[in-house]
Amino acid sequence: MPVAASAIYFLNLRGDVLINRLYRDDVGGNMVDAFRTHIMQTKELGTCPVRQIGGCSFFYMRISNVYIVIVVSSNANVACAFKFVVEAVALFKSYFGGAFDEDAIRNNFVLIYELLDEIMDFGYPQNLSPEILKLYITQEGVRSPFSSKPTDKPVPNATLQVTGAVGWRREGLLYKKNEVFLDIVESVNLLMSSKGIVLRCDVTGKILMKCFLSGMPDLKLGLNDKIGLEKESQLKSRPTKSGKTIELDDVTFHQCVNLTRFNSEKTVSFVPPDGEFELMKYRITEGVNLPFRVLPTIKELGRTRMEVNVKVKSVFGAKMFALGVVIKIPVPKQTAKTSFQVTSGRAKYNASIDCLVWKIRKFPGQTEPTMSAEVELISTMAEKKSWTRPPIQMEFQVPMFTASGLRVRFLKVWEKSGYNTVEWVRYITKAGSYEIRC
Amino acid sequence: MSGHDSKYFSTTKKGEIPELKDELNSQYKDKKKDAVKKVIAAMTVGKDVSSLFTDVVNCMQTENLELKKLVYLYLINYAKSQPDLAILAVNTFVKDSQDPNPLIRALAVRTMGCIRVDKITEYLCDPLQRCLKDDDPYVRKTASICVAKLYDINAELVEDRGFLDTLKDLISDNNPMVVANAVAALAEIQENSSRPIFEITSHTLSKLLTALNECTEWGQVFILDALSKYKAADAREAENIVERVTPRLQHANCAVVLSAVKMILQQMELITSTDVVRNLCKKMAPPLVTLLSAEPEIQYVALRNINLIVQRRPTILAHEIKVFFCKYNDPIYVKMEKLEIMIKLASDRNIDQVLLEFKEYATEVDVDFVRKAVRAIGRCAIKLERAAERCISVLLELIKIKVNYVVQEAIIVIKDIFRRYPNTYESIIATLCESLDTLDEPEAKASMIWIIGEYAERIDNADELLESFLESFPEEPALVQLQLLTATVKLFLKKPTEGPQQMIQVVLNNATVETDNPDLRDRAYIYWRLLSTDPEAAKDVVLAEKPVISDDSNQLDSSLLDELLANIATLSSVYHKPPEAFVTRVKTAIQRPEDEEYPDVAETGYSESSAHAVDSNTSPSASSSNTPYAATRQAAPPPAPPAPVPDLLGDLIGLDNALVPADQPTTPTGPPLPVVLPASTGQGLQISAQLTRRDGQVFYSMLFENNSQVPLDGFMIQFNKNTLGLAAASPLQVVPQLQPGTSASVLLPMVLFQNISPGPPNSLLQVAVKNSQQPVWYFNDKISFIVLFSEDGRMERTTFLETWKSLPDSNEVTKELPGIVVNSVEATLDRLAASNMFFIAKRRHANQEVLYLSAKIPRGIPFLIELTAVIGIPGVKCAIKTPSPEMAPLFFEALEVLLKG
Repeated sequence: MPVAASAIYFLNLRGDVLINRLYRDDVGGNMVDAFRTHIMQTKELGTCPVRQIGGCSFFYMRISNVYIVIVVSSNANVACAFKFVVEAVALFKSYFGGAFDEDAIRNNFVLIYELLDEIMDFGYPQNLSPEILKLYITQEGVRSPFSSKPTDKPVPNATLQVTGAVGWRREGLLYKKNEVFLDIVESVNLLMSSKGIVLRCDVTGKILMKCFLSGMPDLKLGLNDKIGLEKESQLKSRPTKSGKTIELDDVTFHQCVNLTRFNSEKTVSFVPPDGEFELMKYRITEGVNLPFRVLPTIKELGRTRMEVNVKVKSVFGAKMFALGVVIKIPVPKQTAKTSFQVTSGRAKYNASIDCLVWKIRKFPGQTEPTMSAEVELISTMAEKKSWTRPPIQMEFQVPMFTASGLRVRFLKVWEKSGYNTVEWVRYITKAGSYEIRC
Repeated sequence: MSGHDSKYFSTTKKGEIPELKDELNSQYKDKKKDAVKKVIAAMTVGKDVSSLFTDVVNCMQTENLELKKLVYLYLINYAKSQPDLAILAVNTFVKDSQDPNPLIRALAVRTMGCIRVDKITEYLCDPLQRCLKDDDPYVRKTASICVAKLYDINAELVEDRGFLDTLKDLISDNNPMVVANAVAALAEIQENSSRPIFEITSHTLSKLLTALNECTEWGQVFILDALSKYKAADAREAENIVERVTPRLQHANCAVVLSAVKMILQQMELITSTDVVRNLCKKMAPPLVTLLSAEPEIQYVALRNINLIVQRRPTILAHEIKVFFCKYNDPIYVKMEKLEIMIKLASDRNIDQVLLEFKEYATEVDVDFVRKAVRAIGRCAIKLERAAERCISVLLELIKIKVNYVVQEAIIVIKDIFRRYPNTYESIIATLCESLDTLDEPEAKASMIWIIGEYAERIDNADELLESFLESFPEEPALVQLQLLTATVKLFLKKPTEGPQQMIQVVLNNATVETDNPDLRDRAYIYWRLLSTDPEAAKDVVLAEKPVISDDSNQLDSSLLDELLANIATLSSVYHKPPEAFVTRVKTAIQRPEDEEYPDVAETGYSESSAHAVDSNTSPSASSSNTPYAATRQAAPPPAPPAPVPDLLGDLIGLDNALVPADQPTTPTGPPLPVVLPASTGQGLQISAQLTRRDGQVFYSMLFENNSQVPLDGFMIQFNKNTLGLAAASPLQVVPQLQPGTSASVLLPMVLFQNISPGPPNSLLQVAVKNSQQPVWYFNDKISFIVLFSEDGRMERTTFLETWKSLPDSNEVTKELPGIVVNSVEATLDRLAASNMFFIAKRRHANQEVLYLSAKIPRGIPFLIELTAVIGIPGVKCAIKTPSPEMAPLFFEALEVLLKG
């Protein structure tokens, strides 16, 4: 049964109900008490997001300082329920202009009630597209950014658009300048052993799009991925252009992309929503270009001293540079005193996370700065257990670089009025979970 | 651009309610709207604002959509507590459902469906009918769901008004969202009904597959979930379906992906071509892996499902083990699940890498995770013979770290490894013994003791080691005591020297005289007896070769796995339990409150009382206690209700009833009636009830107990349509007023064939009871056929033969009752006769007894019965012939109860 929820609760960290909505009669109104006493006030909190208490099951997520709890008593679709929560939060954020927290909920409770009524009926998720909902659910203080002048009356064909085949775009949009912005954002996930062997490495990328296009445009996106290119060359019986091709392990698309056509023709074609959205996500495991190598040596000198040497090597082009590089090197809890020497950036000891934190604001390609630190420890006799070394973690952003090597080959926009479009493409690679064991 | 609604929460002055009342009745629109917002804010924080009902409802007639929505929200919350006032809103609802604005039409019908008040429901039908055929798809999609809501409140109404057919028509609607919602509603209705309502034919299948391309992500989930129940006719059809579903694997919504996976896995069972299957496995792997980059909660759901999937199709992710490596910052629940899957995917090819990972995890901070990692190493050793040695060396390295819980966990798994590979790795015992004194957990201690006992002949100082544990024998937990006992016996058998002999005496003394644990005592006595009578036999028993254990990491059995795979993405797949194990709602047409305890109680009641009866029948010594029981029956043969006795205690109380004159139908005595509405559900009102037969008439014997604070009056009862058409023959008359803390019994005469439910016979009896103070209570009871057998059911031998011959063979139904033992023909016949099942003839066939009996139920429907059994051996074969063979299942149910005693 694809029912996702019988009731939904928004609680603050103390367990007070901020807002709630009962969708079905099969759970009692006081079920949230069970959640408070059996999960929130126990050590169970955070040990498992799906729990059964009595005849009811609870699914919960924490988002900033709010717990969102779904209660069901049937064999509900859990995947659907969690995805619903994620999407609902995105929707609320888009209405409140960014933040989703306890205050935002209190300040917008009327609107949230109204949205909760609209996006789920009897436990079945309905349309959650912010753009369409904003056509007819508006509140004072929250004006739809899409309508040029605020009117009290709902757009006459709103209902058709909610249920329409293109349920994510409204008709009759008009822009003076037709522009499309494409952002290719990649996160590199790495797990490297202390000996420098790559244990796991993959790139999860997403293509974010910002469309300011008039009418109902049809878009077609071409990437340098292997399957797409092969298919294309077969169709046009023309050899592929030279250049690197990459193999995507998996792709998932926004609901606007025609999946059947992707499956048969391998082309990404779609009618985009207006404004900003995530067009696709992809994953790559083969042939990843790691932007950084980290070479740590940590020596424990007796019981009270440690020597930490870390060399970080940037392996992207010399003309490029990384921004906001942070390297966190864990040290034992009983660290007393630290001294550093760095060839670039700044380093300090952060006691709240038990790490040496080395920051380099701008990190050019093909360089290898080093940090060496001496750490003095308070000797504790009781500490019999040896120190378990958590991995070194790294954060960074490298603009104009893709770890996967993905490139946009073309973006075609076709609209019946035949206007010209300006397309902008940006690339950026960030650190996902970039861990080096030491 | 944030709102400022928080100001509505800030009014906490005294006299708030009257103030709000004034504001609600204000003539200024803005003030009114603000007041409603304040009311809603108060409702949100849990204040009771139901007293403002009339005032809020008065604001309902407004042009302002926002205000209207708020009033509707208030109504949904409070209508149930003010059912009489809720009727005030009906007019506006009906008017709104015809508003020119489709948003308002939909809002009206959506809200009405959420108000579960009978009076409102009646008025819902007409607007719903209109809205289902509305021109606007938004209204139709809302109305579709509303049908499911109405079905939940009043299934009968939905069927009578033909909403189901309208809903089925909407499957062909030109709007994809309407189709999706109609499918969701139909699927839910089907799930709650025992009749076939929504069956997917190949025609609907292709229509829905087409709609799949166009509807919203959620609609795709509804459709895929409904279609996953479809059984393809052959491999070709299955392949076609799969081909149209695979594109969904690329959807960004995890629920769509999992539902698509579910559907593909279902169809794959039919596909014979290995190429196609391999190809599908290849296609499913990447989307499953991608789910692991979602939010941790979604990852958890995905991992629980992947766990099931790899059990059925191990090849899917055979090469993807790396993606299950734990990240340092993964939440603990994700790490635990990843570990479980790593064990499942571990193979000779990747074991080295896997072991390195496990070893890494074994040094992390979280104790539970570390333990699980250590255990995982052991499970891999048991699973992969060729890797066992490497696993053990990793375990030994971990033991050397000397972290206490790691050592203990390692010893537990090493014990299993010894059992899996006997006589292979005993060389490491010495290392294990070094950690002996650090063990403080029962399981680790028990494992170590087992190892010492098992290998006593190879451990020079085994006796010393065991002796060190013996000192604390009385304080040890049972688990350790049992192991100590066995290990000492083993030691003695292997080294029958003086030391062990003394030890064994100490242990046996401790375990027989000093303990009050029966398991321990029994085991000790058995050893004692064995050792004193035949030490050689003791050796054969105690030192016998043990069966080799195997890896338990693919633990689910195949049929359960099938069921769980059919439930991918649902709770069932997360709990790894079939839905009925945690969903208490049973298929039912009318809504029922929580009365889940009742069926269980009844079940155990049956078995316990039967155990008692069988016991007293078999052992002659119990006959004295049996006599009064039999006397009860003879004293009042027809009136005494032979209905199932609820429990053992009831049985005993039943004995006392022999003293009570049985001809007092107004005071229903007898065993306590089963509770059908517990006080916890009935706001203090507890109802116990059971159907009984007295003086040739069926009664519904009821006991009302008022544990609430208020007197209750105005009781009424209503029976839902049921197989036998049972209904009350007269109005329910409970004492004029049931005071708090008192109870009243009622014997309600019943009539049959009043409101017969269509469909296959079943024993469900749904009852609704109301009073003037409380809402309507619904509960389910069971119709027992026993009460129906009439006193005039006796048949002449010749009539029996003629009737038997005259009925066609198609009217014969047979059933095996494997659990029933007939110990004495006479006793059985007596028992049956007491329930108006009459003996006709008997014959012997080889060692079998064949009995012929007759019975009659109202409307003169006869049952001709042939029972075949071997005295004293379980298993009775029962054949019946009757003009109404469809009643056979109910009849057998009753017969089984009677035969059990």
